[in-house]
Amino acid sequence: MAVTIIYLEDVTVDFNGFKALHGVNFFVDYGELRVLIGPNGAGKTTLLDVICGWVKPESGRVLYGEGKDIQRLTEHKIARLGISRKFQTPSVFVNLTLFENIELSLRRGEGFWGTLSSSLNGEDRDRIFSVLKMIGLADKASERAGSLSHGEKQWLELGMNIVVQPSLLLVDEPVAGMTGREREKTGELLQAIAKDRSVLIVEHDMEFVRQIAKKVTVLHEGTVLCEGSMERIQNDPTVIEVYLGRGEKGEREC
Amino acid sequence: MGIETLLSQIFNGLSLSSVLLLVGLGLSITFGIMGVINFAHGEFLMVGAYVVYVLQTLFNKLYGHGASGVSFLISIPLSFFVAALLGFSLEKVLIRFLYGRPYEGILATWGCSLILQQAARNIFGANNVDVTSPKWLAGGVEAMPGLQLPYNRLFILALTTLCVVGIYLYLYRTAQGRRMRAVMQNRDMSACLGIRTRKVDTFTFALGSGLAGIAGCAVSLLGSIGPSTGQNYIIDAFMVVVLGGTGRLAGTIAGALVMGVLNPVFELISTSSMGKVILFILVILFLQGKPQGLFSLKTRALD
Amino acid sequence: MMDAKPAKSAIFRFKWFALVMLLLTLAPFFLSDFRLNLFGKFLTFAIVALGIDLIWGYAGILSLGHGVYFGLGAYCMGAYLKLQAEDLPDFMGWSGLTELPRFWKPFYHAWFALPMTLLIPMLFALLIGFPTFRARIKGVYFSILTQALALIFVTLFIGQQPYTGGTNGITNLQNIFGFSLAEPATMRGLYAVTVLMLGIAYLLCHWLTHTQLGKVLVAIRDGENRLRFLGYNPALFKVLVFAISAGLAGLAGALFVPQVGIISPSMMGILPSVEMAIWVAVGGRGTLKGAVIGAVLVSAAKSYFSENFPELWLYFLGVLFISFVLLFPQGIMGFWQKGRFEWATFILRWREKRFARSSSPNGLPRKCH
Repeated sequence: MAVTIIYLEDVTVDFNGFKALHGVNFFVDYGELRVLIGPNGAGKTTLLDVICGWVKPESGRVLYGEGKDIQRLTEHKIARLGISRKFQTPSVFVNLTLFENIELSLRRGEGFWGTLSSSLNGEDRDRIFSVLKMIGLADKASERAGSLSHGEKQWLELGMNIVVQPSLLLVDEPVAGMTGREREKTGELLQAIAKDRSVLIVEHDMEFVRQIAKKVTVLHEGTVLCEGSMERIQNDPTVIEVYLGRGEKGEREC
Repeated sequence: MGIETLLSQIFNGLSLSSVLLLVGLGLSITFGIMGVINFAHGEFLMVGAYVVYVLQTLFNKLYGHGASGVSFLISIPLSFFVAALLGFSLEKVLIRFLYGRPYEGILATWGCSLILQQAARNIFGANNVDVTSPKWLAGGVEAMPGLQLPYNRLFILALTTLCVVGIYLYLYRTAQGRRMRAVMQNRDMSACLGIRTRKVDTFTFALGSGLAGIAGCAVSLLGSIGPSTGQNYIIDAFMVVVLGGTGRLAGTIAGALVMGVLNPVFELISTSSMGKVILFILVILFLQGKPQGLFSLKTRALD
Repeated sequence: MMDAKPAKSAIFRFKWFALVMLLLTLAPFFLSDFRLNLFGKFLTFAIVALGIDLIWGYAGILSLGHGVYFGLGAYCMGAYLKLQAEDLPDFMGWSGLTELPRFWKPFYHAWFALPMTLLIPMLFALLIGFPTFRARIKGVYFSILTQALALIFVTLFIGQQPYTGGTNGITNLQNIFGFSLAEPATMRGLYAVTVLMLGIAYLLCHWLTHTQLGKVLVAIRDGENRLRFLGYNPALFKVLVFAISAGLAGLAGALFVPQVGIISPSMMGILPSVEMAIWVAVGGRGTLKGAVIGAVLVSAAKSYFSENFPELWLYFLGVLFISFVLLFPQGIMGFWQKGRFEWATFILRWREKRFARSSSPNGLPRKCH
């Protein structure tokens, strides 16, 4: 039985000459909660893009689960295999209700005729409501998603992701633009979600990272710089230099 | 059918490509900078063509029929200015409200196109009018036995090359050109740096329209012109933009070459209607493999 | 636009539908034959508009070349009716053909021709839609391609005069199923069939948009890539609804021909196709009712202008395009459903402000001094 849920082997991504990822070797274990950090332009979002199929690597392999090579698959097939993603800017369907948003995610396997003929059964309905309760938005189930606040949209998106019980959840900057209270709630939510699956989070907010991370990977200029516990990477001289020393366009949180 | 016929068709195709390039450049720049597809663009071509006609009629009245050469030469910059002025006004009155809304842009500018065409019909009559080419553009050079390259088409090629070089120099060697490119690549950042994006928008639109006006001059050399002359070129010009991708000069040139040259070549092989059909099918197949077109700026946006 | 609506009882929801259907059925009693025939034509346009609303209002696909599918359906019907009138169509004789071309022959039979009016447009829509949507060509690029396609078809049909009747198209039709097309009774019968088909088309579109499919289409419109990452294949849905809308256009074309008596390439080109889009824009996208209303109103306006001020029609159409796109993007139905409340609120607030200003000395609200 494989230990890793996702394994990027020697992956290189080239955007018209600019190497966003350069021979990256990266893996996440089953049931692990991993945080990916790094300065702007390090390639964090690109790495997520590669996993979910939005960007096809120049070279290297992307292995999912029991060694399934997924880099040639289309995005929706990868999603159906159990990889879900929450995007940086909240991407919910503003003209549908919260319930309908989650329902849409749940009913993804129906196909054209299925969407015409099948209807929601009680079990699925209950599942949707339990997800709504988990993200704390059960009382707004019939409201238009467009009326939600920025933070609430993020939670809704997480709800849409988890209702299909993915094996790997990719989360891109979950607390960007959130208040302190919202951040706390998001952290709890993510930890609850991570109990049953692997979660890979990209984040800039070091406070938040400290709060939830067990193992952290630092990406820099398209390569893995350092990996380990929060303590270890905080004290690593190369990491410190990259974040504080050379005046890169990145943050100076560490 | 000998090699001469093929080469002749290719050459004709090149002059067609030139027209499409001039028209397509304007479209590409406008879409690249403002996210607006201007369906009235063909009418700027028509306006340019009518400028040639009007000026010629005027000169004929004033100086008799010998002045067609002079009037034509004057028409070229004049067409540019008239079309650019029309574009400038249109931008201020309508286009600016369509910024970033391509669907709305298509429909609203289509409405403009209808109005402009009808206005042309009301002013000049619904029938096509003939524009006499200057005498010094009559005839051609004999490149090979049996293959004559008409001077008027050579002139069009030269004119287009001049314009493209001019645009290139403007975009890459002048401060205003740099500003235009900046706004095209990153509007918000340009605004933060103090570039008056509104001014750049208006100016860019006027520039693109002016180019179409010059294309109108070129078209007047090829045959009679009328209110719907613009319509004859606009779809092909759009295909040029679709094929070549927006925002890249090289792409537009490549797209124009494909649309301009392959069309007459295919017409040779089959009948006139089938030629276009084959070309279109090929374009769709091509886009299957490369949906962003021949060259385009890769973005990392989600939608 | 499509929103979540609370569930209502089925009978209540369809009361307006029933009312409108009733009015349409009664129309022959208070419209002259000429006007009724014209109205029948408008109703065929309404069917096209429903198809366009389905893909544009709900799925966000703007087709500016739907005239092609309308035309294909119309030509199929035209071919059938022509072969009822003449063994060898007149334009074939003029073009030097002495025998009916092989692919024309099956159109002699109603059992072939009639289904073809739906199937051929749908087949073309699938052929065009599948590679295009699969290549993720969308938005304005797709719209431009549909225009190019319309141009191609018009060029093709004009060019192949021996097979299609060229610029003149198919004319001189005589009767349908034995009934003379010139008889008022036949006209009324065709009108009745059109009303029935419109009703069915409306119910079909209503059903499609109120099942889960409707939500998927809205999701495609509002966030296609997001939907992709949820595990949907948007291309599949787009191709299939595009085909359905093409079928509706073909049906409309088939109903158009016997009522108007002619089909020519000018009815399937770019200008009529773009007009079809404006019907939906005027009526209100994503409402279905709006499509019907827009088609009838704009076509009626066109008739009016063509009869009285033919020169002005294109000016009017142009202004219509611009104003509905910029000033009334929700269209008539959109305004009725949402816009009128927004306007009312706007006017109330404006009056409040004005009242507050006029009753304080220096123009500031009374509270802050």
